[in-house]
Amino acid sequence: MEFSIYDFSTLTNSIHEGLSNSFSPTWVMIIEMSLVGLAFLGLFAVLGVTLVYAERKVSAVIQQRMGPMRVGKWGLLQTIADVIKLVLKEPLMNRQADKLLFGIAPFIIIIASFLAVAAVPFAKGLHALDFDIGILYVSAVSSIGVIGILLAGWSSNNKYSLIGAMRSGAQIVSYELSVGLSLLTIVVLSGSLQFSEIIESQANGWWIFKGHIPAFIAFVVFLIAGTAETNRGPFDLAEAESELTAGFHTEYSGIKFAFFFLAEFANMFIICAIGATVFLGGWMPLHIGDLAGFNAIMDFIPPIVWFGMKVTFLIFLMMWFRWTFPRLRIDQLLKLEWKYLLPINLVNILLMAFIGLMGWHF
Amino acid sequence: METLDHSEEITALESQEYFINMGPQHPSTHGVLRLVLTLDGEIIRKVEPHLGFIHRSIEKMCEKDAYTQIVHLTDRMDYLSCHMNNEAVCLAVEQGLEVEIPDRVKVIRTLISELTRISSHTLWWGVMGMDLGAITTFLYGFRDREMITDIFEETCGARLTMNYNVPGGLMDDIHPNFQNRVKAFLEHFKKKLPEYDKLLSNNVIFQERTKGIGILSKEDAISYGVTGPAGRASGFSCDVRKKHPYSAYDQVDFKEILDETGDCYARYKVRIQEMWESMNIIEQLIDNIPEGDFKAPTKAVIKLPKGEYYQRVETARGEFGVYIISDGKKSPYRLKFRSPGFSNLSALDHMARGSKIADMVAIMSTLDLVIPDIDR
Repeated sequence: MEFSIYDFSTLTNSIHEGLSNSFSPTWVMIIEMSLVGLAFLGLFAVLGVTLVYAERKVSAVIQQRMGPMRVGKWGLLQTIADVIKLVLKEPLMNRQADKLLFGIAPFIIIIASFLAVAAVPFAKGLHALDFDIGILYVSAVSSIGVIGILLAGWSSNNKYSLIGAMRSGAQIVSYELSVGLSLLTIVVLSGSLQFSEIIESQANGWWIFKGHIPAFIAFVVFLIAGTAETNRGPFDLAEAESELTAGFHTEYSGIKFAFFFLAEFANMFIICAIGATVFLGGWMPLHIGDLAGFNAIMDFIPPIVWFGMKVTFLIFLMMWFRWTFPRLRIDQLLKLEWKYLLPINLVNILLMAFIGLMGWHF
Repeated sequence: METLDHSEEITALESQEYFINMGPQHPSTHGVLRLVLTLDGEIIRKVEPHLGFIHRSIEKMCEKDAYTQIVHLTDRMDYLSCHMNNEAVCLAVEQGLEVEIPDRVKVIRTLISELTRISSHTLWWGVMGMDLGAITTFLYGFRDREMITDIFEETCGARLTMNYNVPGGLMDDIHPNFQNRVKAFLEHFKKKLPEYDKLLSNNVIFQERTKGIGILSKEDAISYGVTGPAGRASGFSCDVRKKHPYSAYDQVDFKEILDETGDCYARYKVRIQEMWESMNIIEQLIDNIPEGDFKAPTKAVIKLPKGEYYQRVETARGEFGVYIISDGKKSPYRLKFRSPGFSNLSALDHMARGSKIADMVAIMSTLDLVIPDIDR
């Protein structure tokens, strides 16, 4: 293998063998699961802090200001200070709220993100799960989150929250279709739903380049629908600060609010990671045709860095959207999906199937 | 075949109207305005504004204050067009005193009025974008507004509630830098105003959100007394600067911006065009400030002769009127303000019925309400 030194499967396999030598298989499984769980907890903590900081700085650049500058050098400790504040804050609850549902709603949302992130391939051999139905699994578990949003809106006993939750329900159910179909467009080419195989199929070029115009259309549709699915601006109707104060999480405070906040950023990361994996080759380096020298230099960059760069680029795009566009209205949002994106997607997938059938892709 | 009777099911499915309190603490009422919305799902059936949260009985306070003190109170009404409010009171008092105001004062008042109009409209533009979800506009608007407030600070020491007018003239002469700084601002703003169009006006989402929303016909605008940019967007020619020129507006050549559509986008466009027109007015006057006194001599204690005086000016929101009844004492017997915000708000219910909550925010934003102006 060309980049075997960067292959994480040797590391994971050696850990597995080491554990197998000293423990029974049940214990090995338990230990490995807790290790993975801890790793994801750490990942989420790091993701939350860095993405919030990044959002602040990106928005500051777009808005011609400096962003947080006081806490720590360049405001680096600002988000950590905010986390401490959120954790220490009293979790208030509306007296008329449905206590059980109000309590579990944030957990449902965060669990959905945890489940989805398990399938993300970070680098060669570095993933928790590698299903043969990877894409199906991700789109299935990521839509669990909407239940959390609906419950949060319903149980808060606040009309603003309810409107926000209902909007969110309509929005995510609709845009789920576009996300799924745009991913399927690439699955038609790669011939597999498994993430590792989709990535391997892009060893000689990313699908966005190899799949002609339909792949590009699918990518754009995926970006739009993905932004909508994460409830981020211009599709942040569920929160819609200027209309619904804070939408479905108006009544939440403290650590429960932090969960909603974290889940939003985690979902953004997941959508961008899936997009990078399916359209931009995941951890595959950029290769240009037969330029052996160029390709060798590209191979030298570790896959995890490639993955990070692609995800960062997509996240930046999503932040750029948020801080530039005004918000859509709910009927316009649904019109965009059902009248434009979905028909485009359906035609696109047919076109792609035809291209795949004729073998016209590279 | 048996025909099914669905009538019972249909009544069971009938939606129920509910109401929601928008405000007094709500991000897009921009102040303590409380709107009771009657909603059917997301569709607005009725809007009921409840006022009084920031009522300070300014009109009553005026009845025991001296005329020079009344000027200060008007700042606190429409704080974004404070200079124009001041000017209205001063003009009314000067009308009663029958003093001849120096030309220099007239020109400077006009200049500062137009600068205030631009600063008010830039703030409105930023807030309008923010109401529609584009937060970046807010900071762009404030960036350009900052230059104007800096000029004001240098001129009279205050940035927002300026109190630059006194009955008979101005508090003090302009700063020697004034002309240069205003010219620098014009140069800066001429480059930045097209940026506003790039960022917001030409955005497809923005146009979708505003075109055809909250339509106000010319007849309705007149019957509700909607003035200012909101009225002119409906084709109601109501620019006080043109109809009843005051200060130096008869010396300058400018257009009254009119639009026929009467929707949110028209109101938006009218305000953007007004900023260009204000710059035009400033350009005509900035190099032609006549020499002379900055204040006509008045007595220390002003007593208006017995009678009634009315003066209207065009603020950034519409027609602002001051009606003074004097019984010859040092404070007015009765004083009434005609604030544009109050009349504009009265049309809100008519405009918002049948639209969605998100449209409601857009409509309110294009009316450009300043709550202290409504409540007084």
